[in-house]
Amino acid sequence: MDIIKEDLILDCSGLLCPMPVVKTSKMMKELQPGQILKMIATDAGSPPDIEAWSRQTGNELLRSTIEDSRFVFFLKKV
Amino acid sequence: MSKADPNAPKRLALISSKGTLDWAYPPFILASAAGAMGWEVGVFFTFYGLTLLKSELSATVSPLGNPAMPMKMPFGSESFQNINWPMPNLFMSNVPGFEAMATSLMKQTFKNKGVATVEELRDMCVELDVRLIGCQMTMDVFGFKREDFIPQAEIGGAATFLEYAAGADVQLFI
Repeated sequence: MDIIKEDLILDCSGLLCPMPVVKTSKMMKELQPGQILKMIATDAGSPPDIEAWSRQTGNELLRSTIEDSRFVFFLKKV
Repeated sequence: MSKADPNAPKRLALISSKGTLDWAYPPFILASAAGAMGWEVGVFFTFYGLTLLKSELSATVSPLGNPAMPMKMPFGSESFQNINWPMPNLFMSNVPGFEAMATSLMKQTFKNKGVATVEELRDMCVELDVRLIGCQMTMDVFGFKREDFIPQAEIGGAATFLEYAAGADVQLFI
């Protein structure tokens, strides 16, 4: 897997719905178009929610993986 | 009108009609999630739901009338916490302070699990420019004053909400 270099990291570990999505959207506003946010979550509902959030906002979900039982997302600001 | 412009954001219109702690969550969760997705959101707080706009939130939860509510203890080992305590309504209705206990148990369990408080979710909605519309008629019926509510709340009636909801993609009654 290619290495994706993030511009910002957001750790949402321990937070449940809707906070991972809400915090991700808030953090995305700090980024410039084309920049990448790495978001880490433990909420089992976050993979489908981040996919839906990505479709709704147009921000691109570059990668969604599980590392050490945490969900890791790379999101590119549109 | 959101329908006229295909590039306009989606719109969510909610009615929040219940003011207990358990029913306070759905409108604020949906409103903040929709706001985070870039949607326009408006919530009409009516009847008991109007109390959720008060400056000082005091939402409680009662196991009475919620027979399916799991009773869990927010402390002790994991297996202890997973026990679903059988609490018959007949028993609960006779114990003074049971509602206060159930409320604090629910708040503690939610906190332990990583659920935001109702206050935090409401603050998030304010930050996301969610329209929070308090029902004028309910104010009059229950004797609430404008000063009882957070300053970001606007006051309106059925027509105010319906006009907003008419242009919405999703409308839900909670």
